[in-house]
Amino acid sequence: MVPCCKMSYNKKHVSVTLPGVRGLSSSSGPRVCIVGGGPAGFYTAQQLLKARQDAAVDVYERLPVPFGLVRFGVAPDHPEVKNVINTFTQTAQHERCSFHGNVNVGKDVTIDELRQAYHAVVLSYGAEGNRSMGISGEDLPGVFSAKDFVGWYNGLPSNKELRPDLSCETAVILGQGNVALDVARILLAPVEMLKETDITQNALEALAGSKVRRVLIVGRRGPLQIACTIKELREMVNLPNTRADMLPADFEGIAEALKDLPRPRKRLTELMMKAAKEGGDDKAEKCWGFRFFRSPVEVIAGADGKRATGIRLALNKLEGSGESARAEVTGQLEDVDCGLIISSIGYKSIPIDPAVPFDPRRAIVPNEMGRVQDTAGLYCSGWVKRGPTGVIATTMNDSFDTARVLIQDMEAGKLDLSVNKPGAQAITALLQTRGVRTVLFSHWEKINAEEEKRGKFLGKPREKLLDVDEMLKIAWS
Amino acid sequence: MAASAAVRSAVSLTQRFVRVSPDCSICPLYRLNACTGATDGFTAPSRRLRTSIGVWQSGDSSSPEEEERVVNVVYIDRCGQRIPVQARAGENALHLAHKHGVDLEGACEASLACSTLCHVYVSSEHYEKLPEPEEREDDMLDMAPMLQENSRLGCQIVLTPELDGMELTLPKVTRNFYVDGHVPKPH
Repeated sequence: MVPCCKMSYNKKHVSVTLPGVRGLSSSSGPRVCIVGGGPAGFYTAQQLLKARQDAAVDVYERLPVPFGLVRFGVAPDHPEVKNVINTFTQTAQHERCSFHGNVNVGKDVTIDELRQAYHAVVLSYGAEGNRSMGISGEDLPGVFSAKDFVGWYNGLPSNKELRPDLSCETAVILGQGNVALDVARILLAPVEMLKETDITQNALEALAGSKVRRVLIVGRRGPLQIACTIKELREMVNLPNTRADMLPADFEGIAEALKDLPRPRKRLTELMMKAAKEGGDDKAEKCWGFRFFRSPVEVIAGADGKRATGIRLALNKLEGSGESARAEVTGQLEDVDCGLIISSIGYKSIPIDPAVPFDPRRAIVPNEMGRVQDTAGLYCSGWVKRGPTGVIATTMNDSFDTARVLIQDMEAGKLDLSVNKPGAQAITALLQTRGVRTVLFSHWEKINAEEEKRGKFLGKPREKLLDVDEMLKIAWS
Repeated sequence: MAASAAVRSAVSLTQRFVRVSPDCSICPLYRLNACTGATDGFTAPSRRLRTSIGVWQSGDSSSPEEEERVVNVVYIDRCGQRIPVQARAGENALHLAHKHGVDLEGACEASLACSTLCHVYVSSEHYEKLPEPEEREDDMLDMAPMLQENSRLGCQIVLTPELDGMELTLPKVTRNFYVDGHVPKPH
């Protein structure tokens, strides 16, 4: 039986269609490009592939390695949260999906070039910047953004030289969300616990030699406005060899408010109050605590002016109540001695291409339900669409919403699917002329195998490669 | 392997995404009695489940007491459609849902880490018969939208004969939600 072979002509090129041959067909189905290989990108891809049997999806990622914050953000002691990687791997290995790492969209290839090669482009590149506190001394040695600190212990290549100095006794974290609690927990967790995780070896060694014994987690508002969730709080309360150290004054009036709270907030507050009251084992060597109603106003430098030795906090009072309560200044100040200051007040998206509208105030790509404003064929999902909050599940739901909207637009004829688009073939060729070679998923699998091999040697699930050049060498070996 | 490649192409590709067990009757391996019970190749969730009664590993082993251990469960999906399924005692409600194409998400593979994608409402007579949730399950449930008195996480429900006739209803809402219960104001 001779396999049937079809030749078709269109304006630009002759293409040969062979049944079952992956990647060579000039498919008549929609071709979609996704910018960003993290959860948003993969969940959007997954939904598109499921909804349209004729869709081909290509995921572009700047790093040689996929998975974004699942790899670089989720704490090393939360490996079960990383199980989603199995789902993403299945998506990447799908016949109609291809992964292209080592591509810097905005620099190696423009959004306009992608829009020419695809029927639709989805921006899922997340939030790689961080919100600054906007106070003097913020750039002194000893002050870090939580994003960089987390990137450091999670092996993000651009944070490998961070070398935080952990020789001080007290660390102050500004912000009280789950990221702040992750940082506190990693700073105080016993090394025995950490050494079997995928935390990087250099971070592990630094933490093993750390003198940090006290971590204060500071928030502008009160206990009823705290942004972390109960799971993370419970982990702090249960940390071995640590005790909780809070200020009773911060909890005035809270017990009375409990009965009217919705269940999640109530359980969280009850646990906090219990920790505040009971404290924990007095013999514990390490302690942690929340400090409420305080905003940073200045980082205090040591006598030589060369590094942070403390932080000046302004005391607030609360106007209003519940989620919308606001912090108002009272004029009072308080200085806290500390040698490590970590600002955990939020990530921030940045514009990657001047052709894409960007709202600098909200730091997102302006959009209507995932359709980028005034730009047909351009969509967004994940943090770059909604802002940098939420867990993986939130991003999953959001990505499914964007995929649904894109499919609707396809079916309503808003995207012209009658014109053939060349997709990855054209982009890869273009990148080649610019000296950029892509990392395919099979190449990532080599990096993955190498990391697992090195990890095994150290008794860890993996030892992450920290250097992009090393990643590329192994990928293409 | 050629055989598994043949299986993959014979079975609809969408099933690799929906994480539904393939229709075994059309599978050449099944017909040849060469099936290794490898629905693992099609489903993402690992088959090692952490439950409140310890680690439990599912298998396709059939036991002589199987008939006595059949548990009938009805899933009611988001459209209100009733999906009756037969399970074996010891099976997990999330895994069971996947086997029968019920759209219950399980991103963390039953390890209480994905914030309640497998959230279900349990029929009241059967809710009483379930063991109390672990603290960790309660913590996760706190993040579920439209939490009710009879809410549980499907990944933590292990079927026993006394749960025969249980109905598990999927909550209608899967909208975006904020982790701390905050509802964003329109702007």
